[in-house]
Amino acid sequence: MSEIIQVTQLTKIYAPQRDTAAIRAVDALDFSVQGGEIFGFLGPNGAGKTTTIRMLTGLIRPTAGTARILGMDIDRELSRIKKLIGVVPDKSNLYEELTAYENLVFDMQLYGVPRIEWAKRAEKLLERFGLQNKRNTPFAKLSHGMKRALTISAALAHDPKVIFLDEPTTGLDVMSARRLRKMIAELRNEGVTTFLTTHYLEEAERLCDRIGIIVKGRLVALDSVEGLKKHIQSDSTQVEITWQDAENQVVTDRVEAVSAEEAIQKALKTVQGKNIISLNTLQPSLEEVFVKLTGLDADVMLAEKGNGKGK
Amino acid sequence: MLADDLRGLYYIALKDLRAYYLKPPNISWGILFPFAFVLAFIIRNPGDVGQLVPGLIGLTVLFSTTSMEAIVITFERRIGSLERLFLSPVRLPAILAGKMMGGMIFGIAITAVVAAISLILYPASHLNWVMLLVTVFLSALSCSALGAFVSVVVKEVFEAQTLANFFRFPMMFLGGVFVPVNNLPLWLQVIARCLPLTYSVEALRNAIEGASWRIIWMDLAMLLLFSAILYGLSVFVLSKRIEE
Repeated sequence: MSEIIQVTQLTKIYAPQRDTAAIRAVDALDFSVQGGEIFGFLGPNGAGKTTTIRMLTGLIRPTAGTARILGMDIDRELSRIKKLIGVVPDKSNLYEELTAYENLVFDMQLYGVPRIEWAKRAEKLLERFGLQNKRNTPFAKLSHGMKRALTISAALAHDPKVIFLDEPTTGLDVMSARRLRKMIAELRNEGVTTFLTTHYLEEAERLCDRIGIIVKGRLVALDSVEGLKKHIQSDSTQVEITWQDAENQVVTDRVEAVSAEEAIQKALKTVQGKNIISLNTLQPSLEEVFVKLTGLDADVMLAEKGNGKGK
Repeated sequence: MLADDLRGLYYIALKDLRAYYLKPPNISWGILFPFAFVLAFIIRNPGDVGQLVPGLIGLTVLFSTTSMEAIVITFERRIGSLERLFLSPVRLPAILAGKMMGGMIFGIAITAVVAAISLILYPASHLNWVMLLVTVFLSALSCSALGAFVSVVVKEVFEAQTLANFFRFPMMFLGGVFVPVNNLPLWLQVIARCLPLTYSVEALRNAIEGASWRIIWMDLAMLLLFSAILYGLSVFVLSKRIEE
């Protein structure tokens, strides 16, 4: 698989303002994203996720470092890059007065999609995102979930090779968020490389092939979900054992040890002679990985933006 | 890249016209205000209005063009839609030119109606149509560049309208609409010469009176100069704003 996004020592320092000191929003990031994968960029609010996307999509210039997208330098070949990427910002920002269909067509006009393709592509996208009944509804009158879906479809209207999704499900209700995640997962099947930022740990775990965790502008971990879990599994293993006690009550307990074998032996020793119902080796969740790697409380991810809605 | 810019410029202007020409600030400042102004003068003193036609046309260009800019730039920036354009392959100078073109087309359309009414009621026997069209076009260009500049330096639509009025109202009184600039005290004449409307009204008066191109080329050149400076400043300020 080829490297579609290559980031080298990417840094952004915001100049000091009247009432604030200079802010190092992104600090010497190094990572790459493989073709066709869903790459998750995970971190609490203010960690530098959006700043990274803004640099990669050419909205702001890096203070230092470089990045290449599809082999092209973001500093020198930005116009060419822009034709091949789609961006979904954290806010659904289509034109409120234009209808769903008009918004999609306007996007294609900006990106130079041939006129003959406009109607065909727009109708296809509306159908795919379940918006065909809202074809002639102004963007302002769509529900929050529909606005988000239309914003994603607008980013796909010019058939990009790479798509950047900034907090795509923030603030959505459970059903809308689930539907959107399904649509994002489908992008992988089409060979679109997806760069996804989120502060929903569960979302990242479900969707992403690899995850980079960013805290205070620095990349603190980068691996597949399984790889990240192994990091903390290597320290200890937990098993959960359930049994029936003398009064036929079901009791569950957890036992921790340095290896799975030792944990199982310890667990079996504690329930000797009792009726064992189940014995499971516990996999750490991404939440535990996050807490262990960042030293932050997992609640910090939910407390901000969207209050954990959409999870 | 040039093809991307030209295509983007055209579609941005078209989209703005379709999406915003019926927005309230546009209707009040861009359509109602110039018409109310013309009507007020006709009712008050019908005999003298013929003298005021160039000024009224100039004022109509000014208000109708600048009112659109506040919406298409400031409003879109506030709701985040402007960012979509920055993400596209269209470069910033072309995006801003597209925004200005929408304002110009809207302004010229309103001005055409006001000018037609004025010239039907007060026919000008020596009118030079080509000169009038060129002057209205360059006036709309400079006013739309002024509108763009005002819209990029503020954050809210009402701030853009207020700041636009900060420029528009002094121009109304010093730009030769009611009193010829040469009749003003010297220090006010100096200020008047720094305002694009002064050159618009002068050129419009000459076009209506059928003067030769030799007389108005300086006015047209000044309108072009104002347009270039204000457009350049707008591009510079907006590029800084994106980084914020």
